[in-house]
Amino acid sequence: MTPVVLLTGFLGSGKTTLLQRLLQDPSMAGAAVLINEFGEVGLDHHLLDRIDDNVVLLKSGCICCTVRGEVADALSNLDSLRARGEIAFDRVVIETTGLADPYPVLQTLTAHPVLRSHFTNGGVLTTVDAVNARLQVEHRAEAVRQIAAADRIVLTKTDLAEPGEDQALRDRLARINPAARIMTTQEPVETILGGFGPAAFAAALVTQEAHSCGPACDHEGHDHPHHHHHAHSHHNAAHHDEALGVTSFSLVIEGEIDWTMFGTWLTLLLHKHGDRIFRVKGILALKGEDKPIAIHGVQHLVHAPTHMTHWPDGPRQSRIVFILEGLSPEQIRRSFAAFTGLSGVRAAA
Amino acid sequence: MCSLCGILGCDDHWTNAIARPGVYTRNHDMPARRAEAARRMKAANDILSYRRVKLDVWQGRSYVVTSPTGASSVFEALSHLWPEAEALAGRDFDPLDDALISWMEARGDA
Repeated sequence: MTPVVLLTGFLGSGKTTLLQRLLQDPSMAGAAVLINEFGEVGLDHHLLDRIDDNVVLLKSGCICCTVRGEVADALSNLDSLRARGEIAFDRVVIETTGLADPYPVLQTLTAHPVLRSHFTNGGVLTTVDAVNARLQVEHRAEAVRQIAAADRIVLTKTDLAEPGEDQALRDRLARINPAARIMTTQEPVETILGGFGPAAFAAALVTQEAHSCGPACDHEGHDHPHHHHHAHSHHNAAHHDEALGVTSFSLVIEGEIDWTMFGTWLTLLLHKHGDRIFRVKGILALKGEDKPIAIHGVQHLVHAPTHMTHWPDGPRQSRIVFILEGLSPEQIRRSFAAFTGLSGVRAAA
Repeated sequence: MCSLCGILGCDDHWTNAIARPGVYTRNHDMPARRAEAARRMKAANDILSYRRVKLDVWQGRSYVVTSPTGASSVFEALSHLWPEAEALAGRDFDPLDDALISWMEARGDA
């Protein structure tokens, strides 16, 4: 299976500049790169191809089959060339347009009947412009979806940001997407691209525990400089960014979960509310399993769950992070408990 | 084939088994697959009974949902269960709806 890394980020947020830097690293010599348009930043790479702009979205109402035709065609073409021995590559990087919602591309990798046997989700990298991020996230829904879908958030133009702005932005991004790692373009390439697997995933969830505000936090005493426009509140059990209307919270679950009932519940929840649930990410203790299972979803899409080799440090308890808009964390908690029959379920920030 | 849009090979719900290293599956063999299918059917029917809709297997390969008046709908992949069940019931199954949550809580207490 060839990993596909999705490089996304709002218009002008420095995607191509980051890609240019990544491609200069020797570890990227075996990467094939798909881009939407040739921009002002010159890219020099031997396996570079352009994705056509037309988007094919099947209008049948069948979410499982929503496929971006041009991405599927470009990946199929790469795979055919490789099968014929004309090219060789060990990973693919797709740079999306600045206005793209990453979900349809991820869905293409999962739903396409041929591609899903050859390619796998290699992680979502989202670039965020440290100078203009506030305007972008508050005025463009796509920017929020790109941040929510990220496994890694790469801050760009940090050298141009005002003192204090950088930390305020990091705090805000961590509240929008608590499970993503935040870094700058100055990090080594292996830090930016490496370790998207279950181990990194577990580490992110554990780290999230560390930098989350606890129930006792009054937030006012925090050392987070906040601009008045993005004041946020959290009512003990969730972070809520009022300017964006985005809420993130975790379900923390005592006891072992029945996989079948959990799958039925999450499928139904995403069927009804998937457009408002930007991200679901979790580590689960299942009945009959010693080792944890990682689940990972973006909007209506859930990736195949993966076995983790061991529990991360800390308590052996299930934890599911939700990033959503317009839904009540308490109602989700109550629904989860009612459907799975578990009583020890709490919502935490 | 997906019965809604005609794409081949759509029956790959995320809860299904996928034979790939590291991917979670309980379905190593035929008996385990049958047992998991039966569990799934029961879990779905627990919820569907809220609107008196019933799910069953159709000729060993597909699924059928039936309404209390006898109307039925056949579909090929469990991922289509909820749209099909809602169309048949004429009402939705919202897991965040107070009435459905209370109903599931009452079933759990029984």
